[in-house]
Amino acid sequence: MTSPMPVHSPAPAAASPAILIEAVDKWYGTFQVLSKVDLTVAAGERIVVCGPSGSGKSTLIRCINRLEEHQAGRIAVNGVELTDSVRNIDAVRRGVGMVFQHFNLFPHLSILDNCALPQMLARGTPRREAEDRAMHLLRRVRIAEQAAKFPGQLSGGQQQRVAIARALCMEPQVMLFDEPTSALDPEMVKEVLETMVSLAEDGMTMIVVTHEMGFARRVADRVVFMDAGRIVECAGPDEFFDAPRHERTRSFLHQILH
Amino acid sequence: MSRPKGEFPIMTMTTAIPAAAADGPPKRRRTPILQILFGDLLAAGLTVMTGALVLALLPALRWGVLDAVWSTADPGRCGAGGACWAFVAAKIRFILFGVYPADEQWRPLAVIGLVLAMVLVSLPPRHWGRRLLTAWGVAIGAMLALMWGGFAGLPFVSTANWGGLPVTLLLAILSLGMGFPIAVTLALGRRSKVPVPRFLSVLVIETIRGMPLVGLLFISSIMMPLLLPAGWSVDKLGRTLAALTIFAAAYLAEVIRGGLQGVPGGQMEAARALGIPVWKAVWHVVLPQAIQKVIPPLTNTAIVMVKNTSLVLIVGVFDMLSAARTAASDPVWPAPYSESYLFVGAVYFLICFAISLYARWLEGRVQDKDLR
Repeated sequence: MTSPMPVHSPAPAAASPAILIEAVDKWYGTFQVLSKVDLTVAAGERIVVCGPSGSGKSTLIRCINRLEEHQAGRIAVNGVELTDSVRNIDAVRRGVGMVFQHFNLFPHLSILDNCALPQMLARGTPRREAEDRAMHLLRRVRIAEQAAKFPGQLSGGQQQRVAIARALCMEPQVMLFDEPTSALDPEMVKEVLETMVSLAEDGMTMIVVTHEMGFARRVADRVVFMDAGRIVECAGPDEFFDAPRHERTRSFLHQILH
Repeated sequence: MSRPKGEFPIMTMTTAIPAAAADGPPKRRRTPILQILFGDLLAAGLTVMTGALVLALLPALRWGVLDAVWSTADPGRCGAGGACWAFVAAKIRFILFGVYPADEQWRPLAVIGLVLAMVLVSLPPRHWGRRLLTAWGVAIGAMLALMWGGFAGLPFVSTANWGGLPVTLLLAILSLGMGFPIAVTLALGRRSKVPVPRFLSVLVIETIRGMPLVGLLFISSIMMPLLLPAGWSVDKLGRTLAALTIFAAAYLAEVIRGGLQGVPGGQMEAARALGIPVWKAVWHVVLPQAIQKVIPPLTNTAIVMVKNTSLVLIVGVFDMLSAARTAASDPVWPAPYSESYLFVGAVYFLICFAISLYARWLEGRVQDKDLR
């Protein structure tokens, strides 16, 4: 996918990393979902997180924009520390886009409004400007001709591309993807992955939770394997797939690749 | 029987697909009327029972239409076994406008016209918005001003003399209109994670729902004046309206809460992840979806509230039903209570059925959005 629009060239690598996760612990009741997780993501870096279900990978990226609260350790996004301060949380959320497994488009709004209204509500963008940017990004995910329709009238793949456009409308520096293709029919996975690849080519900082290992090999700078709330292995894709160091990683890869 | 017949065309279709595709789907055979009516035991039984019911209703038809007195200036001609519709014709101004001064009755008529006009303008959802809300505010103000008078040469008419259909309409619209925002607040409060608003909402909703409307009307019309500080007084109509409003709010709140529960958590999550502040997300993302989901029960509550306004007659507010009752007690006429009640019932039916039809249309529109 070629896109002439380098809308989001990331800020030149500053002193602080795009995302800093340090010794993060999280419990659901007495069940520990994350234990001593460390991960530093530089601006422009693409990370793929994989692991068996229940390994804490979704929880980890949901902690990055505070949809979940971590209980120990620290998380900082673009140098802003996630504390209980509402102002910090809103600042972080404005800079972090998220794409969900089930799209979570607003079903009562047209595709155009799905992309325009959040800008108006979160940043007070005038409607005209918000709609212009929405149309621009809908064109970018190649779905502009559906702008007047409602989410329920689109296929899953189309909805997910709209969700990506909606997140991009907020001009985030970081994009989080929470199993973006898991709820899609097989023939729609490709169109969504292509959109994500093009985003990566434009230099977006991305953390992608996915089981699409082809995507990981092609796009990721590093692949993270999580199990039981811990990061077991973290390596470049060649090393990760061809010479995984941990037995647990090997058996996981064996299961999903064969 | 018809199945083997149907199979042959399908087999030929495989050899001539373009021609068959142009034919469209096969036509469905019509069921003969006799088979519909007497096809099996159940159908036959229902047909016979319906026939018996129609026969049983013939005397009513005779009373209501054939033997009815349609117009007469002489009340004595009524009461010979037929309905006295002439009475309704003679008393229609009283039933519709109550004891409002006769010379000024164009004012309540104008109010009814204004209500109709506003309702018609509000029907298409694309008109909904802040401007329509403002227009309603202005229109309601104008209606009340027209009813009261006391300016621009219009004689003042106290609420004690208001009556009939305008009172019914004003009570219904105002109680639902003012009850709705309260209901939304109560519903959100009841779902709040913060204990104080949740407790207050539960308290209000359960207290009001636990009381009969008649009791609430008595409390507001008899006890409220005692509770208010000396020198304060609220108009009787106003007190009644307050009772109806809070009653409507309690019921609407539970309907809306049901809708809120039906909105997936992912919606709020997506809104929060986009950086939309909580209250704006509730207002623009969650509430519209919640309300769309509960159009049928909201309609139900609206219809019930329109009819509930008739209960105000027990505290002496002169709505349409009270007016009709009073009209029928005129000794000149032979006590035509049935005719009065049937007429008022027909007016209520028109209003409620219209609401019902509108809601059904609205629901269809919402569904069009979901799948096509």
